[in-house]
Amino acid sequence: MADLKNNLSVLAEAYGNPRARLDYYLGQGKKVIGCFPPYTPEELVHASGMIPMGLWGGQTELMRAKSYLPAFACPIMQSDMEFGLSGAYRGLSAVIIPALCDTLRCMTQNWRFGVPGIPMIPIVYPQNRRSPASVDYLISEYESVLTMLSTITGQMMNEQALCRSIEIYNEHNAVMREFAQTANEHLDIVTPRVRHAVMKSAFFYEKSEHSAIVREIIAELKKLPAYAHPGKKVVLAGIMCEPDELLGIFEENDFAVVGDDLAQESRQYRTDTPAKGGGSLRRLALQWNCRTGCSLIHEDGKPRGEMLASLCRLSGASGVISCMMKFCDPEEYDQPYYEGDLRSAGFPCLSIEIDQQNTSYEQARTRIETFREML
Amino acid sequence: MSEPITAQTNAASADQAAPAPKPKRPKPKSMLLLNEQTQALFENARLAKERGEKVGWSASIFPQEIAETLGLNILYPENHSAGIAARHQADPFLQDCEGPLGYSNDLCAYAKVNLSYASALNNESTVEFPDGGKMVKPDFLLLTNNICNQLTKWYENLSRQMNIPIFFIDTCYNPSDYVTETRVRYVRAQIDQLIKDLCAFTGKKWDDKRFQKVMKISQRNSFLWERANSLMDHKPAPIGGFELFNYMSAMVCNRGKTSSTAVLEQLNAEIEEHIKNGTSTFPVDEQYRISWDGIACWPYLSHNLRTLKKYGINMVASSYGKAWAIEYDDLDGMARAYCFASTNGDNASTMIGRRMEALKKFDCEGTIYHVNRSCKVMDCQMMEVQRQISEQAGIPFASFDGDQADYRNYSEAQFETRIQGLVEVMAQNKEAKENG
Repeated sequence: MADLKNNLSVLAEAYGNPRARLDYYLGQGKKVIGCFPPYTPEELVHASGMIPMGLWGGQTELMRAKSYLPAFACPIMQSDMEFGLSGAYRGLSAVIIPALCDTLRCMTQNWRFGVPGIPMIPIVYPQNRRSPASVDYLISEYESVLTMLSTITGQMMNEQALCRSIEIYNEHNAVMREFAQTANEHLDIVTPRVRHAVMKSAFFYEKSEHSAIVREIIAELKKLPAYAHPGKKVVLAGIMCEPDELLGIFEENDFAVVGDDLAQESRQYRTDTPAKGGGSLRRLALQWNCRTGCSLIHEDGKPRGEMLASLCRLSGASGVISCMMKFCDPEEYDQPYYEGDLRSAGFPCLSIEIDQQNTSYEQARTRIETFREML
Repeated sequence: MSEPITAQTNAASADQAAPAPKPKRPKPKSMLLLNEQTQALFENARLAKERGEKVGWSASIFPQEIAETLGLNILYPENHSAGIAARHQADPFLQDCEGPLGYSNDLCAYAKVNLSYASALNNESTVEFPDGGKMVKPDFLLLTNNICNQLTKWYENLSRQMNIPIFFIDTCYNPSDYVTETRVRYVRAQIDQLIKDLCAFTGKKWDDKRFQKVMKISQRNSFLWERANSLMDHKPAPIGGFELFNYMSAMVCNRGKTSSTAVLEQLNAEIEEHIKNGTSTFPVDEQYRISWDGIACWPYLSHNLRTLKKYGINMVASSYGKAWAIEYDDLDGMARAYCFASTNGDNASTMIGRRMEALKKFDCEGTIYHVNRSCKVMDCQMMEVQRQISEQAGIPFASFDGDQADYRNYSEAQFETRIQGLVEVMAQNKEAKENG
């Protein structure tokens, strides 16, 4: 139990102070690459001998970012821009920006001109994944990223290194999936805030290090008797569910999070890179083509509602909390369909707005309380 | 537009309370031809549907020449939503979309109007059609994302709602200053596949000779459209710049048709006649020449025009209309051209380069930026673009909050104040120039 508490507190500390993690790696003589959300090809950074570190915004007062983005831009991009302009990201050797939505398209340019001290590496994923040509196209995008990364390291990445990095990332995916499952038997310990800290801390660790800590957490949890959660169990949908104040309201209302499709959490871990299919870059491209149920990746039929309903059934959740990232149009287009599909499947849905800069959660509290009563 | 929207008709509807409305200027022949073309577009789609043929809806910068070669009837939701908004008919659709349909207010208003219209076509909404439902229910969708990513999501929803297929060409954003060859290969492969899939779905056959012919027509139309825009470099400009917005349907919906050639040849002839006679359709003396950045603010086009007219401001260059002047001469060229058509799909350097070229060519004294609430891809790098262009060109700019189709996102007072401020700086610059 002492180890469990210690490991959880180590991850909570990393989650609470990413700057310390950045300084730690810089202190080790490592180069660190900032990875804009979501789906930045971290494996390429890892295989190039550098540390990929997630840039998912944070709570800050927006000052300088207002000279680049209108008030109705995504809050994550607003705070990433603010941190870039204010020097909070000093020490990063570059950032990688995947142009997956309209705001991210523009962010490649805002960063390029606004934060010239930290070079910007763009990647444009293919959206027509039914086209076989999308694989070769994506490989060429990966190669462009690698070329730019090699100007930072002075070294060319090799096939063996990328194969190893893919293994490490697949292992990490499996560990995180196992954590999510094991946590559901120990909801007294893995509260919504603890679960989120474990999930998010992954962005601030070299992945094999993170896997090692989470493996220990899983092992410790498994030694404990299963806990029967007396409150309601829910699944979270959306891009992210932050900050802690909001997650604290879930806890006040005895809500346990037993699954999620959050882009910041489980969504990224659902799809492994296939072990076969060609060289390592081709395998990575095939992983992209296997991803499903994501608002940022074009797909016919809008399968997300059925996926969420299935997750509810598997995890024993009685409803879904739709964590709507403010001004996130890809999620806003999905919402009416997945909520409708969930209702048809008998799972109620509550929508709450996510904005890292929010300072008042009274409205959310009332809505969450009402949802608890409804469930 | 589903029907051409003239500045005159808009002004007429907005000015109902005005004491003595001026008699309307007779419509030029080019506009009458355009009206006929627009009516034919909808009528042909309706008749095709009656005959049991498949009708499509298309994104506005999809390679229209493919559908034209196959003889398919295609309608354009963006264009149709703009028409609804310009005729002040958007409200019930917006309310329906944000209410019963459950969509966020944050989304593109073209999409919101269309998603509600589609629901009504699908008997899932009770909103009444202001146009008799002439945007007939589609059997398939033609999609490109060179304008924005929202289109991809919008069409995903239409596809699910009506259970119809999407034929998609992913044109990929260009962070580089050019279209990379790997993009051209990817897009070309998609075009080849799309032609096969579309033939299989519609039962039509691809005729390469017909395609060559359509491509030539399309190129001729692009040339004529570009030329009509270019003639605005005369001083004073031969027509009011907003009038060119009205002709966009010839390029957006009918780029591969000879009827557009007729419209645009006539338009060019009318413009040339004005140049020859030293006349202009711009109703007051041209005091200032400006460029317009962004989509037209359709719900308030008449207010925009009246305000600009008050100061003698003519919009002689627009970043928007020229997106449809697409030049190429084979399928590889088509792939490259459609990747690079809209500055929404290009990096800021390309955008700034194109704007600077226009400011110089048309000798603009200022720029008006439409901060279009519907369009994040246009707005989210606009501030940096403004800074760089203003510095490089040495001319002032004004920006205003508006929307391409949502009438709730505009303030007449703000627009007037911003234009007043712009005029003050342009006047100072003019005076300084005249005084050497």
